[in-house]
Amino acid sequence: MSLVYQDVEAVIAKYREEKTPLLCILEEVQEKWGYLPRDVLGYIAQRLEIPSSTVYGVATFYAFLETKPVGKYVIRVCRSAPCHVRGAMNVLETLKKELGIREGETTRDGKFTLEVTSCLGVCGVAPAMMINDVTYGNLTEDRIREVLAFYRD
Amino acid sequence: MFYRAHVLVEMTSGSIALGAAQLKEQLEREIARLGLQDEVKVLETGSFGAAIPSPFIAVYPDNIVYAPVSVQHVRKIVEEHLLKGRVVKELLFIGERGRDVTAFIPLSPMAKEKRVVLRNCGLIDPLNIEEYIARDGYMALAKVLTEMTPEEVIEVVKRSGLQGRGGAGFPTGLKWEFTRRAEGEEKYIVCNADEGEPGTFKDRLILEGDPHSVLEAMAIAGYAVGAREGYIYVRAEYPQSIRHLEVAIVQARERGLLGERILGTSFSFDVKIRRGAGAYVCGEETALLESIEGKRGEPRVKPPYPPQRGLWGKPTVINNVETLANIPPIILNGPEWFRGIGTPTCPGTKVFTLTGNVNTLGLVEVPMGITLRELVFEIGGGIRGGHGLKLVQTGGPSGGTMTPDLLDVPMAFDTLPRYNSALGSGALTVIDDTHCIVDVVRNFAEFFLHESCGKCTPCRVGNRRIVDILERIAKGLGTLEDLEKLSYLGHYMKATAFCGLGQAAPNPLLRCLEFFRDEFEAHVREKRCPQGICAMKPQAQPKKTLRV
Repeated sequence: MSLVYQDVEAVIAKYREEKTPLLCILEEVQEKWGYLPRDVLGYIAQRLEIPSSTVYGVATFYAFLETKPVGKYVIRVCRSAPCHVRGAMNVLETLKKELGIREGETTRDGKFTLEVTSCLGVCGVAPAMMINDVTYGNLTEDRIREVLAFYRD
Repeated sequence: MFYRAHVLVEMTSGSIALGAAQLKEQLEREIARLGLQDEVKVLETGSFGAAIPSPFIAVYPDNIVYAPVSVQHVRKIVEEHLLKGRVVKELLFIGERGRDVTAFIPLSPMAKEKRVVLRNCGLIDPLNIEEYIARDGYMALAKVLTEMTPEEVIEVVKRSGLQGRGGAGFPTGLKWEFTRRAEGEEKYIVCNADEGEPGTFKDRLILEGDPHSVLEAMAIAGYAVGAREGYIYVRAEYPQSIRHLEVAIVQARERGLLGERILGTSFSFDVKIRRGAGAYVCGEETALLESIEGKRGEPRVKPPYPPQRGLWGKPTVINNVETLANIPPIILNGPEWFRGIGTPTCPGTKVFTLTGNVNTLGLVEVPMGITLRELVFEIGGGIRGGHGLKLVQTGGPSGGTMTPDLLDVPMAFDTLPRYNSALGSGALTVIDDTHCIVDVVRNFAEFFLHESCGKCTPCRVGNRRIVDILERIAKGLGTLEDLEKLSYLGHYMKATAFCGLGQAAPNPLLRCLEFFRDEFEAHVREKRCPQGICAMKPQAQPKKTLRV
């Protein structure tokens, strides 16, 4: 058994008591590996004795679950109305320009993935974005450059 | 250990987004540098809402609030205030009445505020159960377990007139009663903290600022309906809420306030956290249940409703975070007290979140029945940049669209539907008159297109078509017939979509088509965007912003 599967096995063991652990398992495996490779999904399906189509269906349904490799830092820019009316488009444009990628893409060095998302629930500091699980608000061009510089080092 | 001063740092997702974590680190560093670490304790607290800008620092027992504070202010505050005892006047927060906010215990809310669910937010350290207990925390649970029968508890909640604060406004007491009466040994309490409606963040601030109030209420609900297990479904975007809940659950278990034989009675109840994974539709209660069951978050057919067949097919109560946070005060103060707040047909308070083009952003808790004018122009301080008001979207894109002619309608669950609007979750997205209605409505439509779960055709295809047509109009290629098509699609979706979200999706579109008819017609008849936002040029690249 490869190392990946041993890790997956440990996660499955952790949720042995749970009635329906699939989503918990997928979230935790992704936390470790950054995304959910197809063969890992197949392995989870086999171990939980559910169809792999079901597992794949769940993995592709949720925005926070990734079935393709993503960058070390996933940047999620809020595009919902409270940010939109406070200049979210400019945030997205600035990020695209700074990173040289479009939404849905990853930088060549594998560091950043740029995604557009719905409301992050920090509308009090709109416009906002999230980098992995940290939120950044009151974004201006300067502040975005400052934040990116922090992650670039 | 005894500390001569406590320094509270606002630690919420919003304040962290402005650098609160670095602020706290810097405070601790400076305090250690001056050797004050055994005299001054740095603690975290929740948001105090729109009344105090983020991030703030409160110093007790001096009752001094500094806001907004940044890292470069820290050295001065520590050296002057904490070391020498001199208040740093220039950083003091000036309250809404134009005076220094110094002598106040508790912090003074705004004039129109009435705090019930936010009673502890910004005042206590949410990571310390003792601070919650010191403010009557878990007293309601103790009262319920030792003095009341489950039926009496349900009766109190029914008499209070509390309605679900997630948006639908269903009477909470009835929900509990249906679940109690449903057959079956196994029952569940589910707390819906999948707050995805754009512009809403009240549940986050309650969970971050006062997590125990929700846990206590879930245990009370469990006792009332006969459930032993509860689940809190928190959206993945709220890591701070999850962290605070995890700590709170452990502390409550350690003190026997959750777990086996609570407070020595025969009642046992425990709570587990379930993390969402970024799907707006999971805020719909049956989709949320599907998600806890590890499936795609697609809504179920109703009826049967969750009180009959919910989680794993068992009778289930699903309550919103804010609804639950109302329960302990209702138990302690009685239903008549609660009925004394708000309007006769819609008692209690509502937490509103002010967002968009308004001067003061943030959350505020006020009695039901307040008008939009008071919320936007008094509490919110009016429109930014002196512009005019175009519209206020209440309760997010699926809620209601309030145009300036509705500014004086009392805000409550029962009044707004008369004006084709809805209170919804309490989000208020204020949009000023520099914005183009086609652009705004397209933003709402793109949201629904992105978030449609794809289960039913009216929602999956309808939103796609609406976005396509709006894009065409924004490029100057629209026709009058397109406006008829939009209206037709909207009514069709309203009538035939599978769940409440699909049915609500066209609401803002339909209302705006009617109210802002002139602006739509300028786009299609004269090929002109009155606000100059839309490109109106067929050859221009469309603003492709969402993956589909």
